[in-house]
Amino acid sequence: MMGFTPVGSTLGGLVLGVAISLLILFDGRIAGISGIVGRSFGARGGDLSWRLYFLGGLVVGGLLWRLGSPGVFGAASSTGLATLATGGFLVGVGTTLGNGCTSGHGLCGISRLSPRSIVATLVFVATGMLTVAVTRGRL
Amino acid sequence: MSNGNKKDAVAAICGLLFALGLGLGGMTNPLKVQAFLDVLGKWDPSLMFVMGGGIVVGLWAFRAAKRRAHPFLGGDFGWPRRSRIDGQLLAGAAIFGVGWGLTGYCPGPALVALGAGRIGPAVAVSSMVLGMLATQAVTAGARRRTDKRRDHPHLAL
Repeated sequence: MMGFTPVGSTLGGLVLGVAISLLILFDGRIAGISGIVGRSFGARGGDLSWRLYFLGGLVVGGLLWRLGSPGVFGAASSTGLATLATGGFLVGVGTTLGNGCTSGHGLCGISRLSPRSIVATLVFVATGMLTVAVTRGRL
Repeated sequence: MSNGNKKDAVAAICGLLFALGLGLGGMTNPLKVQAFLDVLGKWDPSLMFVMGGGIVVGLWAFRAAKRRAHPFLGGDFGWPRRSRIDGQLLAGAAIFGVGWGLTGYCPGPALVALGAGRIGPAVAVSSMVLGMLATQAVTAGARRRTDKRRDHPHLAL
């Protein structure tokens, strides 16, 4: 799984493109994962159920990967639990303040040609790169 | 099958496809994601191909969707209402990027990785939800205070 994988990654991207396309065309909803999770709290009725079905599909998809090809999850315990907790918390704070993540801003927002999403994507990729540069001592 | 049930079925299929695409693309492996972010080290540009593949299809679909009054299964499009590029957007995106770099997980891959049955993704996802709820509570509180000041200017708040 490691190393440059242009074919697999393009293929994966095309499948993601099909997923975000079906959701907007059939359901009228944007496949932004942080928003689907965050706005499920307090949602009810049909606005809650599509979120739970989508998230259920994501997790069941993960279970299928575990059965079929667990290598996609990478090496176990590559990052410490304290770092995962801190970083996970920051992901939750940042995506709530900024109204989106890699899928909502990166995939759907850029596909909509939204200037707001293009700027957000540039910013989170930049700070992500800076963070890895600092934690791996590249600077 | 009602349209609401059909929408749920489409959502479930999209979630499954999304998990398939993330795994195929390499995004469920946090080390590969961090290798994409490691531009000053041994850079792996693969994730640009994930984004590229998704956007090529998405450009077509969102253009088609914008021309329609309603989605295929009825109801309304949930288009984002915000369009301003403000400090909150920039700060949020910046904070998210730091968390993404630290963990190698953005929200989608973290949820898919729950299926791996390991402790790491479970910690990342529960902390992420905690961060979301905490931020929602703080921003809702700030909004209430602003409304109160506007409605009751004589009150010292």
